[in-house]
Amino acid sequence: MATLTYLQAISAALRDELRSDERVLLMGEDIGVFGGAFKVTDGFVAEFGSDRVMDTPLAESGIIGTAVGAAVVGMRPVCEMQFADFISCGFDQLVNVAGKMHYRQGLAVPITVRLPSGGGFSGGPFHSQNPEAWFMHSPGIKVVAPSSAEDAKGLLHAAIHDPNPVCFMEHKHLYRRVKGEVPDGIFETPFSARVARPGSDLVVIAYGAMVHTALEATEDLDGASVEVLDLRSLVPLDEEAILDSVERCSKVVIVDEANSTCAAGAQVAAVIAERGFESLDGPVVRVAAADVPIPFSPPLEQAVLPSVDRVREACRELLAY
Amino acid sequence: MATDIAEPAADGAPATNAHLLLDDRIWLLRAMLLMRGLEERAMTLYRQGKVPGSFYDGCGQEAVSAGAAFAMGRRDRLCILHRDLAAHLIRGVSPARVLGQYLGRDTGVTRGRDGNVHFGDRHLGCVGMVSMLPDMMLVATGMAMAFKLRGERRCAMTWFGDGSTSRGDFHEAMNWAGVQRLPVVFVLENNQYAYSTPLDKQFAVDPVERAAAYGFVGLTVDGNDVEAVFEAARAARERALDGGGPTLIEAVTMRMHGHAAHDDMKYVPKEQVEEWRKRDPIDRQEARLREAGVDVESVRASVQAEIDAATEEALAAPMPDPASAVDGLFCEGEAEPLGDGQAPWSGFRSEQPDDSGTTRSGEAGLRAGGVPEESV
Repeated sequence: MATLTYLQAISAALRDELRSDERVLLMGEDIGVFGGAFKVTDGFVAEFGSDRVMDTPLAESGIIGTAVGAAVVGMRPVCEMQFADFISCGFDQLVNVAGKMHYRQGLAVPITVRLPSGGGFSGGPFHSQNPEAWFMHSPGIKVVAPSSAEDAKGLLHAAIHDPNPVCFMEHKHLYRRVKGEVPDGIFETPFSARVARPGSDLVVIAYGAMVHTALEATEDLDGASVEVLDLRSLVPLDEEAILDSVERCSKVVIVDEANSTCAAGAQVAAVIAERGFESLDGPVVRVAAADVPIPFSPPLEQAVLPSVDRVREACRELLAY
Repeated sequence: MATDIAEPAADGAPATNAHLLLDDRIWLLRAMLLMRGLEERAMTLYRQGKVPGSFYDGCGQEAVSAGAAFAMGRRDRLCILHRDLAAHLIRGVSPARVLGQYLGRDTGVTRGRDGNVHFGDRHLGCVGMVSMLPDMMLVATGMAMAFKLRGERRCAMTWFGDGSTSRGDFHEAMNWAGVQRLPVVFVLENNQYAYSTPLDKQFAVDPVERAAAYGFVGLTVDGNDVEAVFEAARAARERALDGGGPTLIEAVTMRMHGHAAHDDMKYVPKEQVEEWRKRDPIDRQEARLREAGVDVESVRASVQAEIDAATEEALAAPMPDPASAVDGLFCEGEAEPLGDGQAPWSGFRSEQPDDSGTTRSGEAGLRAGGVPEESV
């Protein structure tokens, strides 16, 4: 066991994979000599060389498209989008080429796309997005979103070992803010939910950075027993874990950092409405970002992103229902 | 790097066919005849209401896919476009499976999951195209990137049309391949129209000239001369294997039918079609072979018999089970890379195993104790 930050855990997973599997190849903009915009691959070139830690042209469609080509001839490419927002330039290759390949012709596309996502630091409309729902709506792509250092490492190993395209949503705001014990060596975290804190009066369902917001908001909520369910994986979505929590707690608050409409949490709410209705003792409550681009100026950004206060207030209201 | 424009001989024949034996030249004719015959048969089946959706063919362009694919080795990899059926046939896809594909049968290459020539047999080293053109240029570039990283003497080839050159993925792939000097052959199939849009509304500069701007060779070849296309592809592959980087081959041809079955091509001047009809690639290859003493009629008859048998087999095949519609979205087992295709050119028989694309021992050494690379 070692104590690592979320970012160090991601770096450690990549380093372990590069050491153990020569098929693994890292591709991205400025990830080589510079070590990546967030320094996830700092020092990698010295150990693994610039072929395997590849500085690519500034071309996101190119990164995803060539990764697909390399994957179908036996490589295991791990692509870094410098910011998750830039995946819009590689959307077509991911959704139409990678995502549909196995269904159409039985050809596996084992690529991992790392997407540094999320706001909270005045990144503005093009460096703060949470685009995971785009890919939940696109068949053939798995989507995971760790909240802890241990899960960041274990989910990244599992993503790289997975024979399918996997979007790995790594939250930028957690990079250096979250620290934890991480087992040594290569281990896989399953693509399923985990109970971050057990409870019985109400459950807050979240993923990524919002797990921490949920934990903080409900740490001391007038003595109520509040469960926090960390989804960890959005595709596949762990419906059984969601329904278990709902059955235990009867009241549900779902938190998304993403824009509200058709967000991951909207799908969770739909699952509960379809399969967990009988367990509910109150309306399903959602807390999410307003449907606007994420603004730059701190007071505006704070007004848009779900805050500890907003989540706490939503829980209080629902507990009183 | 200067753009190299190959000058076809006055009659359109290549300057040399020193790399082709008579058997090879007959192979090329057979591939083109099979492509045209299968597509004609499929169009008939479409008009009978048996082919769902629409139908797209490559009438008049047979030489481009036949000639280029014929130059590719077993372990080379191909991303094939929708008017390039001959490439699939050369790699070894059976005519019955092609027709099964058009008919949406369970025996088609995609088992009914995709239609038309949107297929690639992964066991034969081919990846099926998507409709967003030219996405596959990047996929082929990525294959070539892997070959180069692993030090393998192999190359990737992909086809795309004149309209594709307007999209960003054309630029991204050309630039990427140029920057990394990758073993990839880009075959630009210039068939004069992107759906209804003529060349002068598509680009201000002939795209073949752009190759020089990306740092590699671009050349123009008569796309209706199958032996000339072969020769250009053969030389491009050799350059790629020798570390000379990518090649852009512009094969100039003509789409003799509409974009799809519904398209009456009103936007094409009749004289233009008539002019190109005189340059039909099959007629030209047949004339050459007759001169060489080949019984062309018997080749035609055997191709026709093959098509008839394939039609019977495809029509007797079952439709896919509706219950299977949600199967196979994800790979549940090990990711199995592309397999090797057929490579009938005689040149591969006489050369060293390396030159058909076999990996040199010691260079593929990837993942100790694991799966080193593609299964042979």
